[in-house]
Amino acid sequence: MTDGSRKILIDPLVDNNPVTLQVLGICSALAVTTSLLPALLMCIAMISVATLANGTISSIRRFIPNNIRIIVQMTIIASFVILVDQILRAYAFEISKQLSVFVGLIITNCIILGRAEAFAMKNSPGMSMLDGLGNGLGYSLILIIVATFRELFGAGTLLGHKILPLVSDGGWYHANGLMLLPPSAFFIIGLLIWAIRSWKPKQVEKPEFQIHEVHRTEVL
Amino acid sequence: MPEAEVKKGRNKDSVANTLIVAVSLSLIASILVATAAIFLQPVQKKNEELFRQKIILDVAGLYAPGVDVSELFSGIETRMVDLATGEYSDEAAASEFDAIAAAKDPDTGISIPPKTDIANIRQRARLAPVYQVRDGGEVTQIILPIYGTGLWSTMFGFLSLDPDGTTILGLRFYEHAETPGLGDQIDKPDWRAQWAGKQVFAGDDQPRIEVIRGFVDENSAAAIHQVDGISGATLTGRGVTNLVQYWTGPHGFGPYLSRLRTEGSGDD
Repeated sequence: MTDGSRKILIDPLVDNNPVTLQVLGICSALAVTTSLLPALLMCIAMISVATLANGTISSIRRFIPNNIRIIVQMTIIASFVILVDQILRAYAFEISKQLSVFVGLIITNCIILGRAEAFAMKNSPGMSMLDGLGNGLGYSLILIIVATFRELFGAGTLLGHKILPLVSDGGWYHANGLMLLPPSAFFIIGLLIWAIRSWKPKQVEKPEFQIHEVHRTEVL
Repeated sequence: MPEAEVKKGRNKDSVANTLIVAVSLSLIASILVATAAIFLQPVQKKNEELFRQKIILDVAGLYAPGVDVSELFSGIETRMVDLATGEYSDEAAASEFDAIAAAKDPDTGISIPPKTDIANIRQRARLAPVYQVRDGGEVTQIILPIYGTGLWSTMFGFLSLDPDGTTILGLRFYEHAETPGLGDQIDKPDWRAQWAGKQVFAGDDQPRIEVIRGFVDENSAAAIHQVDGISGATLTGRGVTNLVQYWTGPHGFGPYLSRLRTEGSGDD
């Protein structure tokens, strides 16, 4: 693997993470992370759609007319999403029920369309698939971290296995109900962004404008 | 326009090329999606049937993780009931009965007069399956399929009643698209648990059971017919009230339930 392609694959994990740096795909990150298993399935769905859609769009990029390119990208993405959804319904029925509309909503996930438009339209199929894979993995990394926190502290379990014995079952751990509600995903993602930006200060954005501080002398 | 493309004699932004790309892409995409849907349908159908059986077992309190669903379900007897008379009927096979398809077919369905259509479903099948759970020959539970409109979606579920058709033993929805985090709380075990022991009727044929706004006052006389509302999901709760009242009411399973009250669940 050359340095260039390694960079395409590794960069979206931390340095250019679609969730924590670009703050995209938050809606599904809130919705499917109450427990780890659906989150994992969502990650697999997301990775496969991102990779396949990027590869397909890149391989026909020279034929796509400019004025309908977004519709063409959406059609390709939507087809892959329906395909993945159908496969999940056939082979992972119960979890796909828990994911409900969110697999379908991958179609509108900004990360996928963003990568198609920004990367796949301008690069070779191989590189584009790598980019899709990398961004899918970057999204998955955040989803898995958030889901681990939420399931562990919200229900005391991981993948359904008891880790922290709950008070209601005679143990010592008081389940934190907030963790099972959507706001907790906001808090965890926010804390993650904070942690990553403290680790890599380069990601900190410059303020767009500074509120002018008024001094007493100016008022007078 | 880049020179290279002009040399190749192809203009990707021309009207002709736009049409060609649009048509061929739609064609390929629809073939791909249709093929997947058709090939995977048998597996999906089987999953849905197993899931439905699992939910029925769950409403009956017989389900535990790891049990053989189809084997356990074979112990539950399914019978068709003619809703208008409340008598058992052999007109349709219970195993292949699809309530929604039957409701739409003019031969097997009827339209519901707007005034009685509190569940907002417009039409229903003339027949409906009931599931009898037996324990050593004796019927211990009657499970009724119920459905109706909530805030966003049609909610499908099962209602379990004791053999005389008055006390609720359990309620569970298995398909709906209510607001995630608010309306979908109807799936939460602690909310569902409240239904057990509630009375549908108060001495006559009019269902009294309802989801109220706020919390049930345990000291009030009506508490036995009331279930706590879910905050932020008033309309979903109203939908649940309406559909439970419709299906236990005179136009739903009412005649069957009143027959159960007077005659028991036997054949005649």
